[in-house]
Amino acid sequence: MSDLSFKPISLAADVEERSRPSLSYWQDAWIRLRANKRAFASLFVIIGMLVFACAGPLVWHIDPDAQDLDQTSKPPWGDRNALVQSYEPWAGVTSAEPQGNNLSPESLEVVGDATTTFVRLVWDPVPNSNGYRIYRQIVEPRVGDPLGLPIGDTKGATSVSFEDRLDIKPKSYWYSVVAVNEQGEEFPEAATLKVDVAFSTTIANAVERGYIEDENSVAIGDTIKVPLHPLGTDYLGRDMLSRLMEGARISLFIGIVAPFLFVIAGVIYGSFAGFIGGNFDHVLMRFADFVIALPFLLFMILFKLLFGIGPGESGILPMLVALVVLSWPGAARLVRGEILQIREEGYVEASRLLGTKTPRLILRHMIPNTMGVVLVTFTFAVPSAIFTEAFLSFIGMGVTAPTASWGSMCNDGIKTMETTPHELIFPALFISITVLAFNFLGDGLRDALDARMRYGE
Amino acid sequence: MIRYVLWRLLQGVITVWFIATVTFFVMHNLPGDPLADDKAVSEKIRENLEAKLGLDKPVVQQYFIYMRNMVGGDFGLSFVHENRRVNEIIRDHFPVSAILGILAIVIAGFGGILWGALTALYRNRWPDIAIILLVILGISVPSFVFATVGQLALVTINNLAGFEVLPVAGWGTVAHMLIPALVLGLGTMAFLTRLMRTSMLEIVSSDFVRTAKAKGVPMAQIFSRHQLRNAVLPVVTVLGPSIAGITTGGFVVENVFGIPGLGRYFVLAVQQNDYGVIMGTTVFYGAFLVLMVILVDILYAVIDPRVRLE
Repeated sequence: MSDLSFKPISLAADVEERSRPSLSYWQDAWIRLRANKRAFASLFVIIGMLVFACAGPLVWHIDPDAQDLDQTSKPPWGDRNALVQSYEPWAGVTSAEPQGNNLSPESLEVVGDATTTFVRLVWDPVPNSNGYRIYRQIVEPRVGDPLGLPIGDTKGATSVSFEDRLDIKPKSYWYSVVAVNEQGEEFPEAATLKVDVAFSTTIANAVERGYIEDENSVAIGDTIKVPLHPLGTDYLGRDMLSRLMEGARISLFIGIVAPFLFVIAGVIYGSFAGFIGGNFDHVLMRFADFVIALPFLLFMILFKLLFGIGPGESGILPMLVALVVLSWPGAARLVRGEILQIREEGYVEASRLLGTKTPRLILRHMIPNTMGVVLVTFTFAVPSAIFTEAFLSFIGMGVTAPTASWGSMCNDGIKTMETTPHELIFPALFISITVLAFNFLGDGLRDALDARMRYGE
Repeated sequence: MIRYVLWRLLQGVITVWFIATVTFFVMHNLPGDPLADDKAVSEKIRENLEAKLGLDKPVVQQYFIYMRNMVGGDFGLSFVHENRRVNEIIRDHFPVSAILGILAIVIAGFGGILWGALTALYRNRWPDIAIILLVILGISVPSFVFATVGQLALVTINNLAGFEVLPVAGWGTVAHMLIPALVLGLGTMAFLTRLMRTSMLEIVSSDFVRTAKAKGVPMAQIFSRHQLRNAVLPVVTVLGPSIAGITTGGFVVENVFGIPGLGRYFVLAVQQNDYGVIMGTTVFYGAFLVLMVILVDILYAVIDPRVRLE
């Protein structure tokens, strides 16, 4: 054994600082949560949604219930130009008696501009016909398929014009003209023309809709700008952005306040049952079991029917009450279980020995120690409350029109899903993002707060 | 075991009685008039109608008649559709909902267990990540969006193919059932996948699996006999809530796909204020759901003897 085997160590270099500041439960949880990128990002998404719901109307002033039937189902960032027109009655066009042997009304064309105020069509006459039938469709008619909506008839082979003023929207239409014989039967050939319609308005209409301040500021033939709708409009011409804000207020209000209330109810009920114990606990828990066994959505619908929404009411309150009344037992069970455990902990025993009174024992030691579990329950209850609200509004059992919630907006949007999908996509997206964020945050909180679940995944 | 079953059944009967009572009194205290119609009803017709529906008697007497009929399995008359018994409506429409629901449960159950097990086996590799992304979609998108998007996708597929690959709406053949059942089961499937993944991850790293591996048991056998069988247990516990979820989810899916099930009829009755049908179907649904939960509990008690001791 050489001298090298035994060498005095230098003390100074090896002494490690092994202390770190002691952390409270919540500080520790906060650090864990921050380390979880997904959960932390979700927290910001949720804050963003709340800001959108509450502060949004301060920035974006448009009334969510204001309808503009001239601008229905506009896509996001739609064209804002409007041609100012005046309407003069049109005498129409009468042709000479048809010559030749063409079977379909050829050379179908538009007279003047095709605008939402009117579309005027003329065509060449068809021999042996007794009139014409005009069809309109929003997609190109395929061979063999119906031509669309019959919007008018003309009488006589020589009346070869038609003026369409029927609820025209600024988009493309396919007009078809078919000749009909004496018996009113259609000729087999049809002429079809695609017409791109521009948005136009009359001066009186523009003033009424609030597009312009006074009628002297524009002249016929000018182009004016209609109000901006960044996310488009719905089927009644209501601004999607402001409706999404109103919907966010209502969906998040129900989604957050209802779970908050029933979790509090659950904490009170559960801690009483757990602390007092014995037969009292038994009876309370049997009652909770009973409420849990009730079919949830059926009772939500019954509640809604019972409250009977009067005119001018939104139907939010009945939904809130029903959610709280039916959902508290889950939280109560959980808290009771926690209290039963905590009751036997050493620090409770110690505190009791030191003479702490029961109320203080419950408030100071027991309930704070259940808060981790309660917070996780609350976070997971929010998405399911939002889903419930959306589901009920979707089947027409939720908030009443014109109140917007994300669910009722989806319900409205489905009707126009194939032509203007944005009316469904936006509210559905908001529901999904919010639900997802709360789920991720719940996962993160569970990992951060609940020691037993920490190694689960 | 028998005591446990009897106790659960007694609880169930009390719950159903409560549901029936609440439904009855809610229906009889509603604002509005059940016989109000756009047709002007003369006094005489009104009296006859009330006599026919039993509305002329005092409420307490009505309640006892109603309860007696319920016990005898008679759910009463429709208020809107003349001479239509709620029993007939249930008999005609419930089987449709039941078939759809069973198919959805099967799809959700098998899908959830399989996907969940796969994600646990391929933890943090691409099958896991891909399936988890789908699960995230499944839990965060509402069922009615799935239903409409599913239907739209069907339309697009049929248009692209040039013939009807699968029917877009309606009822009758197996082809009609597939997409609605899938849509209906999707949310539950996502939930079960998540649950199964957690439970499977625990099992994968357990001692008995390591022992089996050490013994040289083939992987396929470890998977089917040791891992899957043990991991499936917690999935059974959530079957009850899943059945409830799928039953009520049917309200939406049946509406979107035009399926003549009881769920669609129920929503229609609520919208038409058909109090007779609402009362009858609510009690029926309530009894059905309570029975299902009891059956699942008993099934669980059979599988896991510890439950019975509670």
